[in-house]
Amino acid sequence: MRRRRAQGPRRPPWTGPLGLFHAGSSWLHRVGPGPKVAGLGVLGIAVVALTGVVTTLALALVTVATAVSARLPLRSTTRAVLPVLLTAATVGAYQVWQRGPAVGLEVGLDLVTLVLAATVVTATTRADELLDALVRGLGPLRRVGLRPEVLAMAIGLMLRAVPGLLQTATEVREAARARGLERDPRATLAPAAVRAVARARSTGEALAARGVGD
Amino acid sequence: MIELEQAGVTAYAPAQPEERGSGGHEQVVTLLHPTTCTLAERRIAVIGANGSGKSTLARLINGLALPSSGRVLVDGADTATDGAAVRRRVGFVFTDPDAQLVMPTPVEDVALSLRRLGLDRAARTARARQVLARFGLAERAELPVSALSGGQKQLLALAGVLATEPAVLVCDEPTTLLDLRWRRVVDDLLDGLPQQVLLVTHDLEAAARADRVLVVDQAQVVHDGDPEQAVALYRDLMASGATTG
Ligand SMILES: Nc1ncnc2c1ncn2[C@@H]1O[C@H](COP(=O)(O)OP(=O)(O)O)[C@@H](O)[C@H]1O
Ligand SMILES: [Mg+2]
Repeated sequence: MRRRRAQGPRRPPWTGPLGLFHAGSSWLHRVGPGPKVAGLGVLGIAVVALTGVVTTLALALVTVATAVSARLPLRSTTRAVLPVLLTAATVGAYQVWQRGPAVGLEVGLDLVTLVLAATVVTATTRADELLDALVRGLGPLRRVGLRPEVLAMAIGLMLRAVPGLLQTATEVREAARARGLERDPRATLAPAAVRAVARARSTGEALAARGVGD
Repeated sequence: MIELEQAGVTAYAPAQPEERGSGGHEQVVTLLHPTTCTLAERRIAVIGANGSGKSTLARLINGLALPSSGRVLVDGADTATDGAAVRRRVGFVFTDPDAQLVMPTPVEDVALSLRRLGLDRAARTARARQVLARFGLAERAELPVSALSGGQKQLLALAGVLATEPAVLVCDEPTTLLDLRWRRVVDDLLDGLPQQVLLVTHDLEAAARADRVLVVDQAQVVHDGDPEQAVALYRDLMASGATTG
């Protein structure tokens, strides 16, 4: 039997970017949600459009400095971005192997920069205000026949889906382990996918029942 | 007032494996045979085996499911052509509150429901707090929803739906996942509501308190009326095992 570390008390569930709001009084808490969402958009474009190690590092540093200035609690912020750090490390390592260290570093850091920036915005903005800002920001799309309220809700739900997916993955892994099947993708990936889809459907249905799309 | 006029629901189900070889296509399954009834009583219960069609019946009433034949009217509004108006009148509570709660905190989740009333944010938040206080959740208004117990989450789901004061509340097995204590809390709350309530339940005591009980079996309403007879019939059906399971 494999030895496993003794299990401590359960950590509070990872709540994901949308659930991370921390009341505070930093300058970022006081800036309206509109400029923050716009800033996030500009940063996103910069990260994707600008290449090269120097700019990548500069953008990452600016983002980290912003996060520090928002005075977010270190522990829960780290916990929120930890899964992304691991993902970024894996993706970056793969790119180092495939295309060399410069590309690897750039890809990994870009990912961390984007997620950290999104986390800073959601952690200093109430979800309710964020939705309002998105509805306003997406307003022009009304002219091409799209509904800003529905789009904003979809973006909000995408952010919210991440912790749900992680929870599903954990549950499915535990169920598979209970049956001694944790290495069998049929017992892990398939049920996780099925549940993720079922969950998305039931959430969509519940929103429809509450008249959110009406 | 809820009116079902020959309302039936069918769906396409994948062909069974043994039929595929013989050129079998998707087959049409009946989720609810055409049903006609007028529901005006204040407390209506729906009981029946798992898979009998209870949820299908409940979902017809706020337009989550549309009838494949016939029609469903709520205070004269047709669920097929006037869905938004129907959903303003009919609130729907699901078995699993996790599917229903979408915002990070209770106050924001209730405020989400209030968006459709066209209130600004300050008004929404103030009203959401009032609603939460009425449901005994005032102290938990700002906690992460994930930190609430199952019972508290179901209360919150109810608060979110009742915040917009619908005329009718449809509840699809709202207490099935709850322990006895929370079941009592939710039951008492539902009993005290001024709204018309249609309750899908496996709790025969709750069903017996209703004014009118529908028993659904194999996609058909097999009894409609007196609660005592309904419960007796349901027990017979369960004992004989002649159900869809
Ligand atoms: N979209 C669908 N396609 C095919 N079959 C369905 C669909 N939805 C439900 N069913 C089946 O219809 C039957 C009735 O479902 P439902 O109304 O949910 O029953 P209940 O709520 O009484 O358990 C079940 O056997 C279910 O598996
Ligand atoms: Mg059901």
